[in-house]
Amino acid sequence: MRVVLGEDLVLLRDGLIRLLQAYDFDVVEAVDSGPALLKALVDHRPDVAVVDVRLPPTFTDEGLRAAIEARKRVPGLPVLVLSQYVEQLYARELLSDRGGAVGYLLKDRVSDVKQFVDAIRRVAAGGTAMDPEVITQLLARGARDQPLTTLTPREREVLSLMAEGRSNGAIAGRLFVTEKAVGKHIANIFGKLDLPLSEDDNRRVLAVLAYLDRV
Amino acid sequence: MTDHDLVRGARERLTQAATGLARTPLSLLGLPLIPLQLVTYPLILVTVGVPLLLLFTALARRYTGFFRRWAAGVLGVEIPPPYRLPENRGPMTRVRTVATDPATWRDLAFLPVNAITGVFCGVVPMALWLGGAFGFMVPLLWLTNANSIEYTLVDIDTPGGFVLAPMIGTAYLALAWWATPRIPRLHARVVKWLLAPSANATLTDRVRVLADSRADTVDAQAAELRRIERDLHDGAQARLVALGMSLGMAEELLARDPRAAQELLAEARQSSTLALAELRNLVRGIHPPVLADRGLDGALRALALAHPLPVEVDLELSGRPEAPVESAAYFAVAETLTNVAKHSGATGAWVRVRHEHGRLSLMIGDDGRGGAAASEGGGLRGIERRLAAFDGTLGIASPVGGPTIVTMELPCELSSVKTSSSSGTA
Repeated sequence: MRVVLGEDLVLLRDGLIRLLQAYDFDVVEAVDSGPALLKALVDHRPDVAVVDVRLPPTFTDEGLRAAIEARKRVPGLPVLVLSQYVEQLYARELLSDRGGAVGYLLKDRVSDVKQFVDAIRRVAAGGTAMDPEVITQLLARGARDQPLTTLTPREREVLSLMAEGRSNGAIAGRLFVTEKAVGKHIANIFGKLDLPLSEDDNRRVLAVLAYLDRV
Repeated sequence: MTDHDLVRGARERLTQAATGLARTPLSLLGLPLIPLQLVTYPLILVTVGVPLLLLFTALARRYTGFFRRWAAGVLGVEIPPPYRLPENRGPMTRVRTVATDPATWRDLAFLPVNAITGVFCGVVPMALWLGGAFGFMVPLLWLTNANSIEYTLVDIDTPGGFVLAPMIGTAYLALAWWATPRIPRLHARVVKWLLAPSANATLTDRVRVLADSRADTVDAQAAELRRIERDLHDGAQARLVALGMSLGMAEELLARDPRAAQELLAEARQSSTLALAELRNLVRGIHPPVLADRGLDGALRALALAHPLPVEVDLELSGRPEAPVESAAYFAVAETLTNVAKHSGATGAWVRVRHEHGRLSLMIGDDGRGGAAASEGGGLRGIERRLAAFDGTLGIASPVGGPTIVTMELPCELSSVKTSSSSGTA
């Protein structure tokens, strides 16, 4: 799987390259600035890009802007954005084109290598990977949303994991229940939130995120 | 000018002249205060002068205060009281403050000057109007054989006096017309000259305010640095030590007990995650990354998104303020919104940001129960202090029952690097 990496700190860049190579990713280019990243993304059209939000020359949200711009030029280009902090504002911007194939994770999550690699693969496959912190914030905001308050605690757990972008199988594994049970919970959640239940996993995730973002 | 305007103008001016005349005794009323004040100074030696001095000075200050307000109204400017505040409420301290305050002596000088100016400014306009009217009456009086009556430059024997007198009267009236609105302004200017704080006093005052706000800023900064130091020491640093320990032990155990080593490594990872979370919170408190990235626009919208209540952000700025001002404004809004969430019982809030007349103005409103005040040690007082470092001000309108509107103003320039304008509900 071909990866473009955008990270300016040498220590982290080398670490990420080593990590990705250990899991058989092919790092086609590792760049250290916003403009270089945009060029690399458009030139290589990688299977997935792993991008740090903050990049030179401005050391602001250069990486995010480059990723969003690249997705405008190459629709559906899978991008996983890493950051030292999460902002709902940025999550919203990444999700705004409703195309999926985006991830937005805290840099800390890299330390859980398996989960991190799983997130990259998910994004590459067109899915989403939202940081649990983003989802927590979204759910906190939805505290006064009538339909959300009718969810059972278990349904809320399923909703959080689903919003993070995890598959039914992964959710089942996390909660120690069968996939069938997860399917039932999801059907209940969609019923309560009055969302159309789609067969496609990614569509379901995007629908849930869009719902949470609205409340 | 229509007849209507003429009548209205004349009525206005006559009223002005009449009230000016009525002010004349008021201007004279201050004169007794001069000996009353002066005589109390030697009496201080026999103690009885102390209350008397304080009493008469207070009277004099009320008296000058009246003229200060009047002059401020006439000139449409603000004339702040120039007096020094005593350091404490002890009678001797107050006497010393009063006696050494140049404003006390300026007040004293004001009394005779004001008496003279007041009489002049009160009498002259009325005299001009009456004199003008008299010019028309004189010929009539002459006809009724009041031959001894003289008028300006003319008497009954002056050739053409019957025509000249009304002409001179008209000249008087024209002069009265011109002078009536100007004379009170002249009086007011004299008042302002003597009663406004001298340039020296204004500067002294300004220096005191700056010294206070600087001391506050330095204190706040020192406290902030101490907090950061403590947070780092107890938080991230401790976690990193724990992480190092876990790693070291894992290294030891790797060969002998791989399972235990694995547990320790998991622990180490946990430590690193917690250390990062703590650092992240710390950084947010120092300078939120989103503020650096997106300026006030993005940062306030991000703040609104993370707020438990729906917050509407309406921001129109043609550029970004300087970083310290931007940061102060951001934290002031953040703190206020936190207060809204904690205390107001509101169901929604709004933030409005504009830059007008060289000032960044921020308004934060909510539909809560009101009754907010900047109490000592409270959040709003902290904001006020923080803004004071930038010459900023804080205003609170919060009637019991709500709604609450907090207004902040910060003098600053915008660097017009980019245009940002947005509004929306989060």
